[in-house]
Amino acid sequence: MGFGQLSYDVAHLLAGTVLLLSFLLLYQRRISAVISTFAAQGAALALAVAWQGWAQGAPGLYVTALVAATAKAVLIPLALRALVRRFGLHRSVEPALGIGAGLIVGVGLVALAILVVLPATTGAGALAREDLAMALSVVLLGMLMMITRRQAISQVIGLLSLENGLVLAAAGVRGLPLVVELSTAALVLVLAGMAGFFAFHLRASFASLDLSLLHRHRGERAEAERP
Amino acid sequence: MTLLPSLLAQLLHLALMLAVGPLLVGLVRWLKARLMGRQGANPLQPWRDLLKLLRKQPLLAENASVVSLAAPYAALGATAAAAALVPGFTHGMLLAPMADLILIAGLLALARFALALAAMDVGTAFGDLGAAREMSFAAFTEPAFMLAVLAFAMLAGTTNLDAVGSLLQEGMVGLRVTLGLASLALLAVALAENGRLPVDNPATHLELTMVHEAMLLESSGRQLALWEMQGALRLALWLSLLAALFLPFGTAPADAGPLAWLFGLLAWAIKLGLLAVALAILESVIAKMRVFRVPEFLGAALLLALLGAVFLFLSTGLA
Repeated sequence: MGFGQLSYDVAHLLAGTVLLLSFLLLYQRRISAVISTFAAQGAALALAVAWQGWAQGAPGLYVTALVAATAKAVLIPLALRALVRRFGLHRSVEPALGIGAGLIVGVGLVALAILVVLPATTGAGALAREDLAMALSVVLLGMLMMITRRQAISQVIGLLSLENGLVLAAAGVRGLPLVVELSTAALVLVLAGMAGFFAFHLRASFASLDLSLLHRHRGERAEAERP
Repeated sequence: MTLLPSLLAQLLHLALMLAVGPLLVGLVRWLKARLMGRQGANPLQPWRDLLKLLRKQPLLAENASVVSLAAPYAALGATAAAAALVPGFTHGMLLAPMADLILIAGLLALARFALALAAMDVGTAFGDLGAAREMSFAAFTEPAFMLAVLAFAMLAGTTNLDAVGSLLQEGMVGLRVTLGLASLALLAVALAENGRLPVDNPATHLELTMVHEAMLLESSGRQLALWEMQGALRLALWLSLLAALFLPFGTAPADAGPLAWLFGLLAWAIKLGLLAVALAILESVIAKMRVFRVPEFLGAALLLALLGAVFLFLSTGLA
């Protein structure tokens, strides 16, 4: 398959949309905008996976797409919004690294992903290779988001968007068994649950979800940034 | 033998661009007014304003130099030259071999330079402020535009807009992530270059937020008409440029005869109309950014263009 064929083009474009939404996650300043962007990414991921299912003739992928659409585009954003409402977290996101610097690092990470994936997969088809490169980029950008955000809730979103990249990679590879995908999804669900629990605990002990308050307890700084 | 049709197409194109520019401005204003539930002025209103302004006597500040007199002509001339190069309803016009994207960027930069000089000439605070903002935004939009050009050059093997447009029209390039990223970057650049909403509000004279209008405060009469015409022509140019690159459907070859031209004209009008509607909807649903956020917005556009170019460069180099 190459450029100019419809199935290839659309798959490429949908994977690109998921990657673009990862960048948008890094660009947003407000919590509600971050959650909306994450929901959009879930929807784009569901479309990408469903298209892969059609292109590869693998009905199992439709199930994955359905799971992604219901969980990531609807349920998790709703839960996150409820969490925000409950904690009254209507403040803006405070990135540890500036927005511009974060985006520049993001471009570097995408270049790194392409440099790593393309030489390593010389035997595979062009579709799988570029899709893998984009999926790895989404994973790396999710990690970047976890690193550069101070609030627990945006770190959770970074983790979930990282998992979007894993699903995208799994959908691009032909013949991946459904069990692997389901177990990945279950693992991430557990992780998300733990992150939520962690956030609750943090809230209970510090009355805030701002992780910079924890720096004092790591013993790195004698003085806390805030009283 | 193809000289005559290509010359005719070129002249018709330039005349249409000049006629359509103020119409587009009026159309966007009218659509915005309708979307906001107002009656709205007739789309012909910018043309009426221009004709009225041309009859008025221009007033110049006492300390205005020759720059204030010459700059509107230089800016309008450069913009008109660029507008003549951007393909509209047909490919292969007389000047098509010169229609290099880098040349178009240069002509637009020249027009911007003249505008900033004219704004600073009299030495009022608002003019200086507007010029400073305009040039600082340009420091982001120009590299973003050049990076998008770079991506097109890698895809098409040329920076000639006419050739790139023909290639995209044939569909040989396919849908690429790079094209999507470049289109987003160019959309942001187009909004900033035309002083449209997230960057600058074209409908206000509020002192602290204006950029483009602040530079025109000192001009009046004929010179104001020239500046307004230049702004309108720039809008038509950018919409045609976006249409040529990202909606490359139905453009006629120059020597195809009047019937094909007619279809090309129809397609061009539809594309411009769609883009104008999209612009009006966008301007109705979003608010203006704070001036200090604009470099971030344009920096994101720059990075998207860079990402598209890097993606294309690495994937073609390593494939």
